[in-house]
Amino acid sequence: MISITNITKKFDEFTAVDNLSMDVKSGEVLGFLGPNGAGKSTTMKMITGFIKPTEGIIKVNGMDVEKNPIECKKLIGYLPEGAPLYGDMTPLNMLRFVAKTRGMTQVQFKTALDKVVMQSEITDVINQPIDTLSKGYKRRVGLAQALIHDPEILILDEPTDGLDPNQKHHVRNLINEMGKKKAIIISTHILEEVDAVCSRACIIARGKKLIDKTPRDLKKIFKNKSLDNVFREITLNK
Amino acid sequence: MNVLSNIVKRELASYFSTPLAYVFIVIFLTLIGSFTFYLGNFFVRGQADLNAFFAFHPWVYILLIPAVTMRLWAEERKTGTIELLMTLPLTTTQAVLGKFFAAWIFIFIALILTFPIWITVNYLGQPDNGVILAGYVGSLFMSGAYLSIGSCISAITKNQVIAFVIAATVCFIFTMSGLDIVLNFFKVWSPEFLVSTISSMSFLTHFESITKGVIEIRDFLFYLSVIVFWLFLNIVVVEFKKFN
Repeated sequence: MISITNITKKFDEFTAVDNLSMDVKSGEVLGFLGPNGAGKSTTMKMITGFIKPTEGIIKVNGMDVEKNPIECKKLIGYLPEGAPLYGDMTPLNMLRFVAKTRGMTQVQFKTALDKVVMQSEITDVINQPIDTLSKGYKRRVGLAQALIHDPEILILDEPTDGLDPNQKHHVRNLINEMGKKKAIIISTHILEEVDAVCSRACIIARGKKLIDKTPRDLKKIFKNKSLDNVFREITLNK
Repeated sequence: MNVLSNIVKRELASYFSTPLAYVFIVIFLTLIGSFTFYLGNFFVRGQADLNAFFAFHPWVYILLIPAVTMRLWAEERKTGTIELLMTLPLTTTQAVLGKFFAAWIFIFIALILTFPIWITVNYLGQPDNGVILAGYVGSLFMSGAYLSIGSCISAITKNQVIAFVIAATVCFIFTMSGLDIVLNFFKVWSPEFLVSTISSMSFLTHFESITKGVIEIRDFLFYLSVIVFWLFLNIVVVEFKKFN
């Protein structure tokens, strides 16, 4: 579903992403791991077409993101870093705006709304201004707007950040469930999350891909060391 | 078309969901009203027209329109919602036009609310309502030109105060470009044709001829081309930011 070939992103002199390549197929959940500033969010912004790579090609479902931005964006549900939302709107109006902009009819929206409100557990706050919501609710409203059109591809930048343990558990189950049919990329620095939801872990640091394996293979190679230790070894030593 | 009207609706609703819309409308009406009666001497003139009213529109716009447009893009960039908006399946043109039309409709509403002055002048005398209508349409076109400048400048920065100050300055220059305050700056060093080009760009001159009842299509075309130019620039700025 997603194929990234040799992408590089430079901001002036600083190279945020350095010659990165990877593929994500339908039915896969790719965990994007790395220290802060490793280039995770930048890569996600390029896949969703928000910024353009300096070099390299990104294809979504076989289409070039730069040449067919609209068609590609239709296939993607995206939770940006920090879950930005229009604070003056209520979750209901916000979801309606996203759904309508994505070309859904009123009937389609009603059906989808019932589903995503359940999935992201925001029933209680659906009519409160987003500005007044807690961090955890905001994150889940962000998740709901990414799911509203039932996209084939999900790009979630730190989807469990700011959630309490119960909510984390719930969102992970949700990702697990959806991961069977969709292509999903999540970024995180919580390593237990990789074990819990990802079928592949991709570790990057300073814009370079260091490792791309299943969590099980990782453990084999590193002789059952905890994922924490593996992460530290890979990102600090190399 | 659906996408466009959807953005217009959201933007317009966001004006009215904050105090901004109400503060703006109250101050707009108060300023215009007091200028008309005190500075414009509406009663003393003893003429059944609205020249004393329209004469102050450019000045009120210079002050207030940058306040309407400063948030259009700067706020989205500051809060990060621009990432949400621009990763929805819409073109940059739709986003730029949607925001612009929402702001324009908002000013249209504010203009309609000045209707008591129109009732007043009709009560007191027999004005030429055709000229008054032309004045209103001209004012609306002129406000569109100011709005397009403000919207474009808002896209450059994520700081709303900077957006306001720069937009107000540019609006001021365009308003005054027929007068010596701006022209003298160019006369010293630039060729004659440039000076006359700049002087023909004056919002004030084009607006004055409309309100005096000299209704020429080229005055409206002037504002229309200013709008198109700045909105085009606005699209370029938003597109360009994708590379940075």
